[in-house]
Amino acid sequence: MFHQAKWNEPLIIERSGNGKRGHTPARPSDIERKVVGRDPWNGVPKALVRSGLPPLPEVSEPEVVRHYTRLSQENFAVDLGIYPLGSCTMKYNPKVSEVIAQNPKLEKIHPEQDESTVQGILALMHRLDQFLAEITGMSRMSLQPVAGAAGEYLGALIMRAYHRSKGELDERREMIIPDSAHGTNPASAAMAGFNVVVVPSNDDGMVDLEALRKVVGPRTAGLMITNPNTLGIFEKNVLEIAKIVHDAGGLLYYDGANFNAILGKVRPGDMGFDIVHLNLHKTFATPHGGGGPGAGPVGVRKDLEKFLPLPLVGFDGKKYFFDYDAPDSVGKVTAFHGNIGVLVRAYAYILSLGPDGLKAVAETAVLNTNYVLSKVLERSKFELDGRQSVRYGEENARFWAPFAHRLFSTNCRRGDDGRSARDRESPRPRRTCRGVPQSGKGGRD
Amino acid sequence: MRIPMATFDHPFLPNAGAPIRKSMLEAIGVASIEELYSDIPAQVRTNRPLKVDWLPSEQEVKSHVDRVLGENTSASDMPIFLGAGIYNHYLPAAVKSILSRTEFQTSYTPYQAEISQGLLQSLFEFQSMIADLTQMDAVNSSLYDGSTALGEAARMACRATGRKKILVPLGMHPAKFSVLRNYTEPVGIRLETFLFDKETGGMNSADLQSKVDRDTAAVYCEVPSFFGVLDPEVANVPSISHQKGALSIVGFDPVSLGGLKPPGEYGADIVIAEGQSISTEMNFGGPALGMIGCRGENLIRQLPGRLIGMTTTLDGKERAFSMVLQTREQHIRRERATSNICTNEALFAIGAAAYLSLLGPQGLRELFESILVKTNYAIKMLGEIPGVVAPRFASQHYQEFAVSFEGAKGTLARLNKSLLSHGVHGGKSLVQDFPELGESALFCVTEVHSTESIDKIRLLIEKLREA
Repeated sequence: MFHQAKWNEPLIIERSGNGKRGHTPARPSDIERKVVGRDPWNGVPKALVRSGLPPLPEVSEPEVVRHYTRLSQENFAVDLGIYPLGSCTMKYNPKVSEVIAQNPKLEKIHPEQDESTVQGILALMHRLDQFLAEITGMSRMSLQPVAGAAGEYLGALIMRAYHRSKGELDERREMIIPDSAHGTNPASAAMAGFNVVVVPSNDDGMVDLEALRKVVGPRTAGLMITNPNTLGIFEKNVLEIAKIVHDAGGLLYYDGANFNAILGKVRPGDMGFDIVHLNLHKTFATPHGGGGPGAGPVGVRKDLEKFLPLPLVGFDGKKYFFDYDAPDSVGKVTAFHGNIGVLVRAYAYILSLGPDGLKAVAETAVLNTNYVLSKVLERSKFELDGRQSVRYGEENARFWAPFAHRLFSTNCRRGDDGRSARDRESPRPRRTCRGVPQSGKGGRD
Repeated sequence: MRIPMATFDHPFLPNAGAPIRKSMLEAIGVASIEELYSDIPAQVRTNRPLKVDWLPSEQEVKSHVDRVLGENTSASDMPIFLGAGIYNHYLPAAVKSILSRTEFQTSYTPYQAEISQGLLQSLFEFQSMIADLTQMDAVNSSLYDGSTALGEAARMACRATGRKKILVPLGMHPAKFSVLRNYTEPVGIRLETFLFDKETGGMNSADLQSKVDRDTAAVYCEVPSFFGVLDPEVANVPSISHQKGALSIVGFDPVSLGGLKPPGEYGADIVIAEGQSISTEMNFGGPALGMIGCRGENLIRQLPGRLIGMTTTLDGKERAFSMVLQTREQHIRRERATSNICTNEALFAIGAAAYLSLLGPQGLRELFESILVKTNYAIKMLGEIPGVVAPRFASQHYQEFAVSFEGAKGTLARLNKSLLSHGVHGGKSLVQDFPELGESALFCVTEVHSTESIDKIRLLIEKLREA
């Protein structure tokens, strides 16, 4: 049983006082001061000069370290145990990736350096592009999006560019999204100026094909879908879904939130998807940092490559280079080249597992999911509505999530005390913080 | 070498071995794992191994990546005078130590407040420190980077005012402009640029005033500017904007607020920044740390991303923290959310809180002063070289400054190449993006640039120009 630390730690500003400091920054040299001569503040425009000192805590280094170390202890994390909250694959973050990422040859390179001085990182990015394209069955990846939602947004921008290139952007204003989708899908589509059309799920938790046929048409820009979906169920009609959307002239977007479950088993590109994002902080085991950083590379089919953000990394047989020669590109979605530190960790993860290992990851995830499912069905008063679809989760961590979602939604049965699982899910902080939901009762305590 | 799956036993995978798999399959009541995948249409199944490399031992993985990264030349190997959004500052060891706490590093989004109090408090402290530094009412717990923060700020301003035009400086980073365009164009927001003064590098106020109108949702300006200029006119932009009912968005540099006036004091409505410099290493430009803050309840309701609040427990006895105003966000409001952002840069928000706590009032002010002195020193050194105009603009600069080189087209490119061959990386070329500035480059100097490295580049430029 997990008993979390409780320190009654004040705010750091409440520890402040007496002119203490926790760090002394480097001072200019005597020569520099002498050469500059006059008081350097003289030149700073009066209208911009701060009156007094900045209002920050006055604390010593040990106080700062103890404060944040104590706060770190008041926190659950993957290194302490499994993280079965839904909506994000949280799995073990291999330590070798952390060690690798602490290389000064990575940490101390600037994004605007001359290409001749960054051949190493360019080679790594080029190789990672190829790996991820192979893993997803797409033609080319952009490593620039820094999160899943950023990938979705880029996907929506690519759809705009595609329909504009065909002269149909004015008509194709609708993005179709299943009702089971994660909130970022409709939010990303709306941010990109699309109207969101919700398509309902059927009793099996999958996209209702008849409902889909009714909503597609000349106004359809595309369909965004997660597969296995947010309920943890594989959309087994995916080929039919792809046909319906493509026949209507729309594009099919794959949200990679649950890709972990099908690594090496089936590729989005082979299922008919045109645009794909991956969450490297999920499937490729990079640490999520309490909500970030992440990375959300986007892959596309061949004819959409020209719309990918600037620049891609090219290779001329001798040297790696940034390729800015892409007049149809959507431009940039983040200021530089993406969350490089995250990309390097993901690259190390792929190498550590290889083709067999990646497949074993998926298989283990699905095995774990269904194992827990079988145990819960055996021991609790919960049951599943309708047909018992096979559920896909992730190894180690996420395996609870798919059916936790179900328990918290349509398939919830009342527990012994008559409260629903949702009622038990109190968002209010409690005095004693104990454990994560592993009890099989469906509640969160 | 192919290893049969049934015996694939990997250090990362506790349940991949054959005996465990067998007992689990029995419990589930299926004969094989393949049975669990039977929903996937057979014709699209991947029936071959993926073509990705595999290195069987951790040691090989580490050596391989070390070797690949070894091809880079970093700021540890040579002085690099590049800035333009990503800065090489000294990151205190205590910041690195705190960020290496895996309770922070490997934790999830703090949706479940009961098991995330430490993370929530740290993020709350980050928000509070940035709000105090900038004099804003609310700061969120991070966005992706400075460029997407600007995109979000522009969208916020348009929602709040019901207007569709954003004025931005012509002298801004083109990459940032490109990101801003991608955040605004799809929803019909127009971007218009205002000019900078050719002599001072500051804003052309007359041009700005002529462009602010009743369609303008906001005016964006930066201090220091992209050219490193400390332009006093920025302090007048909020009132110029407000006269026409527009908002003011100010981009700031977090370290500079050790010496510069908080934007809130001169009336900024929204502030944004790139916070990489106070939280993490350069890492080739990412991960970074987007910061955004604003004033007034109306704008707070329009903020994107997660906000952490401080409250008390139900029994009223203890302080507690949780995410607040979540109805703005995508997981509740879906297509009507203020933004699609979900994953952010929380870890580096903690890094920034630790950094600012360590430096404190004195430290941040001293750091500002140190960079100011070094900037002036570098300008003076380069300015003494014949045929070199440094600074290109007649203004006070902080951390960055443009330098012009006399000579025909290609002069700067040749110079930068020669500098590299002598083990120094010169400034960012402005030739392509700002051809009107001729053979110019943007140099950056922070506390990490030693006197020797500045003297070295000065001597090299002098020598190379004579040659």
